[in-house]
Amino acid sequence: MSDLRELYQEVILDHAKKPRNFHTMPDSARAADGHNPLCGDRLRVFVRVENGVIQDISFTGSGCAISTASASMMTEALKGKSLADAQAVFESFHDLLTTGNHADKDEELLGKLAVFGGVREFPVRVKCATLPWHTLQAALQGSAAPVKTE
Amino acid sequence: MAVTTVKSTRTPKAPAPPAPAFSPDDIRGDFPILQITSHGRRLAYLDNAATSQKPQAVIAAMTRFYNSQNANIHRGVYELSTQATAAYEIARDRVRQFINAADVREIVFVRGATEAINLVAASWGGTNVRSGDEIILSTLEHHSNIVPWQMLAQRVGAVLRVIPINDAGELCLEQYEKLLNPRTRLVAITHVSNALGTINPVRQMVRLAHAAGALALVDGAQSVPHLPIDVRAIDCDFFVFSGHKICGPTGIGVLYARQPILQAMPPYQGGGDMIETVTFDQTTYAPAPQKFEAGTPNISGALGLAAALDYITGIGLDRIGGYERQLLLYAQEKLTRIKGLKIVGTAADKAAVISFVLSYAHPHDVGTILDGQGVAIRTGHHCCQPVMDRYGIPATARASLAFYNTREDVDQLVLGLEKVKEVFH
Ligand SMILES: Cc1ncc(COP(=O)(O)O)c(C=O)c1O
Repeated sequence: MSDLRELYQEVILDHAKKPRNFHTMPDSARAADGHNPLCGDRLRVFVRVENGVIQDISFTGSGCAISTASASMMTEALKGKSLADAQAVFESFHDLLTTGNHADKDEELLGKLAVFGGVREFPVRVKCATLPWHTLQAALQGSAAPVKTE
Repeated sequence: MAVTTVKSTRTPKAPAPPAPAFSPDDIRGDFPILQITSHGRRLAYLDNAATSQKPQAVIAAMTRFYNSQNANIHRGVYELSTQATAAYEIARDRVRQFINAADVREIVFVRGATEAINLVAASWGGTNVRSGDEIILSTLEHHSNIVPWQMLAQRVGAVLRVIPINDAGELCLEQYEKLLNPRTRLVAITHVSNALGTINPVRQMVRLAHAAGALALVDGAQSVPHLPIDVRAIDCDFFVFSGHKICGPTGIGVLYARQPILQAMPPYQGGGDMIETVTFDQTTYAPAPQKFEAGTPNISGALGLAAALDYITGIGLDRIGGYERQLLLYAQEKLTRIKGLKIVGTAADKAAVISFVLSYAHPHDVGTILDGQGVAIRTGHHCCQPVMDRYGIPATARASLAFYNTREDVDQLVLGLEKVKEVFH
């Protein structure tokens, strides 16, 4: 097995223990629920968009270290980004976790999120890392149905 | 199974058990998979409540069937087919013996506990449960003993009632008695909880159900591998289990149903093997159990299951149970010494299942880190979301022991948990 330290990097553990932007938002924000039935992770992502820019983004819920850190770092990475940029980050992040193919442009887009590269070696955990991102997409699309990983 | 007997054998400092004492070292060699490594380490397989490993005897019985006995059953006049038919029926009788049913016609082969419960819900439930009738389940049920009843209840307008549990994970029997009433048609309860290990007093519960005029179904998926089963002593009307949890293959399981009840039930699926005569106007059905075994059954699975029951009987469930209880005590003692670890489910009468949570790590992370140490446990809700809701937790980590597990396996788990602490502290 690949080194556990690749998976549980310091940054990830730090965000898991002290999640950032971990709060609800007023009703005016868009929100969606994500659920991973396999491990019981449940989270809600809130997002406020103005003029095509993510003005504010936060989350609540309970989950494993990987999903919590992913949600926390997602909120930090995307706050202030345009929707188009956010989509590009999402796609790079997704590639990082699933195919491992990423170009230099992705490095730039991903920034700190690159620490999630280690998750790729743990296939059952990939869904933990992507759940917050899929949930955000649902919130942006105004989808009422909860996001499920299975 | 006599609950009181089980309790009395657990008194500490009891005199040495009658010889020959069971030692897993004598039988670990029977299980090819226990010799493999996982992530380069010795495999500590502690997910026996999900499925058990298979001894060579079971693998050999199935290989032998395909190598030299394979033919369809109940169909050919040739030697191979009659032999396969005989072997299949001998397997059925082996099951009857194992759970001490009175009549071999009370044993229906199905895919597993899930299919057995669905069969009862659709066939017996469809004809006997009406609008306003009640079915009593418990908080401890596996989803497979909830969803089929929910589907039935929705179809016919029946009502589900749920026996609550106390903080230790034991059923509240006074509440159960209050739930029973003349509208109760069925009580469907698990014998042993897969999520917490609680052993339920099924004899007493069946007696109460019958006194209220209801039938009783016992889900034996988790009890059959650990406790001697006597369906006549339990006096239940239905008893179900899966072969794969008792060292048998996947895809084979058993429905036991009391003879008059089973004979009166309409077929579950239609097809070959379950009929007497077929015309386009009308079909007459074969008597039970064939009536409930439409199509070519899992013949090799039935033979594999029979071999598994032989194997278990050869060791003896009393010895297995006694050994597992000691190992459970050893494991619980070691685990309770870990700071921040809480065992969920502390029933006085408990099978070798330990569900736990750590204050500093999510079960899913615990599972991944333990996996790296060669320790296979289950994490999640264990198909028992109502149990998780009862404790207000999303998931637990669960180590479930079998007779082939050793103290070394438990020590490996404990060491693995040290590693979890290392990562998260
Ligand atoms: C208590 C209990 N009942 C029923 C089942 C369902 O068994 P199967 O999936 O083999 O049909 C299980 C399996 O986990 C179980 O633990």
